[in-house]
Amino acid sequence: MQVETQNAPSRLWRGITLLLLLLGAGGVSLPMTCGAESGPDVDGLKLKRRVLSNYAAIVDATYQDTVAATKELSAAIGNLVTAPAESTLTAARDAWLAARVRYSQSEAFRFYDGPIDQLEGQINSWPIDENYIDYVTGDPGAGLINCVSNYPVLSRDLILALNQKEGKKNISTGFHAIEFLLWGQPVEPGAGKRSWRDYADGAPHAERRRQYLRLVTDLLVDNLEAIAADWAGGVAGNYRSHFLALETDAALAHMLKGIGALSGPEMAGERLTSAYETREREEQQDCFSDNSRNDLIDDALGIQNVYFGNCRSPRGRNIQGPGLHDLLLRADPEFAGTMAAQIRAAVAAARALPPIFDQALLGPKTAPGRVAIKAAIQAFQAESDLIARAAGKLALKLNL
Amino acid sequence: MTGLNPLTAGWIRLLTVAGLAASLIGWAAAPEDIPRAEPGEELSGGNTTVFDASPKAFGFPARNMQDEEHRSAFFVGHSFFNNNWVVAPGATAGRDGLGPLFNTRSCSACHADDGRSRPPEPGQPMTSMFLRLSIPGSGPHRAPLPDPVYGGQIQGQAIPGVPPEAEVFVTYTEIPGAFADGEHFSLRKPEYTITRPGYGPFAAGLLTSPRVAPVMMGTGLLETVPVETLRALAAEQKRGGHGIAGHINTVWDSALGKSAPGRFGWKSEQPTVRQQVAAAFNGDIGITSSLAPAENHTAAETACANKASGGHPEISEDIFNAVVMYTRTLAVPARRGWTNPAVLRGKGLFTRIGCATCHIPQLQTGDSDLAELSHQTIRPYTDLLLHDLGEGLADHRPVFDAGGRDWRTPPLWGMGLVFKVNRHTCFLHDGRARNSAEAILWHGGEAEAAREQFRTLPKADRAALLDFLESL
Repeated sequence: MQVETQNAPSRLWRGITLLLLLLGAGGVSLPMTCGAESGPDVDGLKLKRRVLSNYAAIVDATYQDTVAATKELSAAIGNLVTAPAESTLTAARDAWLAARVRYSQSEAFRFYDGPIDQLEGQINSWPIDENYIDYVTGDPGAGLINCVSNYPVLSRDLILALNQKEGKKNISTGFHAIEFLLWGQPVEPGAGKRSWRDYADGAPHAERRRQYLRLVTDLLVDNLEAIAADWAGGVAGNYRSHFLALETDAALAHMLKGIGALSGPEMAGERLTSAYETREREEQQDCFSDNSRNDLIDDALGIQNVYFGNCRSPRGRNIQGPGLHDLLLRADPEFAGTMAAQIRAAVAAARALPPIFDQALLGPKTAPGRVAIKAAIQAFQAESDLIARAAGKLALKLNL
Repeated sequence: MTGLNPLTAGWIRLLTVAGLAASLIGWAAAPEDIPRAEPGEELSGGNTTVFDASPKAFGFPARNMQDEEHRSAFFVGHSFFNNNWVVAPGATAGRDGLGPLFNTRSCSACHADDGRSRPPEPGQPMTSMFLRLSIPGSGPHRAPLPDPVYGGQIQGQAIPGVPPEAEVFVTYTEIPGAFADGEHFSLRKPEYTITRPGYGPFAAGLLTSPRVAPVMMGTGLLETVPVETLRALAAEQKRGGHGIAGHINTVWDSALGKSAPGRFGWKSEQPTVRQQVAAAFNGDIGITSSLAPAENHTAAETACANKASGGHPEISEDIFNAVVMYTRTLAVPARRGWTNPAVLRGKGLFTRIGCATCHIPQLQTGDSDLAELSHQTIRPYTDLLLHDLGEGLADHRPVFDAGGRDWRTPPLWGMGLVFKVNRHTCFLHDGRARNSAEAILWHGGEAEAAREQFRTLPKADRAALLDFLESL
């Protein structure tokens, strides 16, 4: 009974639709037909396709750079574990910071269930409960490295199986695991001060620590290489070819979703709000290296790259093509101006963050550091809100 | 038809002609029970809905949450949801007070990425699910009577110096069955073994009930559905006959100090999200709150007495409020593939074979103190009512008005994303169903007729129905 009553009106509507089609074919003009339209916007569609292929080129270049930088990190870590010394530790830390620059810029490509979203948990999970991996003040036997009886043999499979097991903060791998192994627990303000001697024979479980650091670094390189391969040009069946075969508007919505989710829920929300409200230094993303400010600058730059369609690669591959800005200029020049200004304001707000981030968290509400953090939260959120509106301007279905 | 003006009558004639034309070209010849995609049908959570089908799909704030304070609370809540609580006294005062008895150290340990937990592997003790305990009878406010020694649930872990309560293992027996077309299936029936009791014997006549952690999102919306709606649904089911008659659980609201309709938990034992969160902090992690201020052990568990506390209560009111806000405003992800012909066919079958009698496709929320949640058209696929699901699923452990065979209709929204987020498809209260088909096949009692209809559907129809569930 119910089914029939539901279908009666739908059959009626089918009839009406057909009727309108018949009338339209007979030349009868009705106000609800779209007779005034001048046909599809061919130039607009062409521009959209160029924006998408330029985007794919930016993603490709950014991941290639990230892989290259991570391989340099891997080499530096190889030097550290074969010859532990102040100099090799410093070089490894510098290589980590350099890899972060490229990786952070690639975060604008997250959040639409693309290649990175399948592996992000192994690449960039935080905040880490560091005693899950290695010793901390007051607990010299803590962590997988020191817990020989439970984990007699360290292996990639073991580390993967234990990553985020029984808790989001039980993180065993990725950039921040490496960061902790290079800098150590931040006991005092600023970065941690792990000694290179932790890797030298004589330190408790030095061999296991060296092995662990190698394992997680190799895994990071492999994961990023897999993602880069998925975005490489001219490879049939990889994600890039799938992305470029998507319906144009669906692919554009992915671009906007990526940057909008990064700026709002991620940067304004998870990266800054919790740290700001709780005033806890380990609530910042790079709490061991105290590098959170740079991450945010590069995240904001990654968004800017996507928006303007430009990307400056350190390996000399400068990509310059149409971006979302060009599409918005066609749709609503005034809005495009507002949007562009906010994209730049977000970069500026990130640059205005205090360098020693964890100390800035602690001050009173009116302290310059906290004011700057609050301003950055607002700038990233405003950016995200505008990106959601930009989708509307481009008639894209996007909900952030 | 009297009183129609000539113009209208003319339209009707035209439409009749058009209808005939449509029939001639086969347009209107589609089977009668394939419903159309409704406008906005993909917005499972109304304006809170987020478009995300990634492994983080269950973790986003309501899309319509604009208020800066709400957003701040959401992200602080998120942080504490993921936080591992530590033994008191801890280095960070805001995060200590674990135990003395506990199941896990964080909410996220069971609700990984705000999602769903699963039973342990064979031979492994339970860590992300547990057994509820009671003894026959009922206590103050008609609540279940806890085991006098072990309390209301088995906590498998404890802080140093305190024995854990017990280890619980699960084994399965395969029960073969067949669809009407001859295709075989097998269902696994769980059996639980409690070993290494830390505090002596359990009470005679002990009642147990296994529980996995459900997906978090959407609870704030469900909290806002007016109780009148639930009563009307119960009345409608009764009127419809077919032996289906859901009922509301009347439970105890400890904040109000009076009885209230239950909505949350596998047996609808909690009336509000706030009380659910307080109960989970207290029972599962051992964290006291303003709403559940007593430590989570019985007087008989003397080894737990006088252990260092993480404060009174252990979770500050601000943080507790933030976690409640977080829980209430986690956004429901939009449907995928909701216009696909197979999915639409499955949607029609879902209604036709009777699933939608209890898994109500569409509800309306009422007034809420959170504007984001007020007056939303939501598609949760639940009636929030208790139903007798038969002997196969029975736990024989009553909770308030929920009998031993009763279970609350769980919302189905988001079920197609559980694999994406949590890498498993273990459904039902104890995760015994290994996929959605098995979950359907376990239905009995009031749902027996619907289950039999599913069992006797042709294979292609069963597949369409499962495609529909996958799109939720």
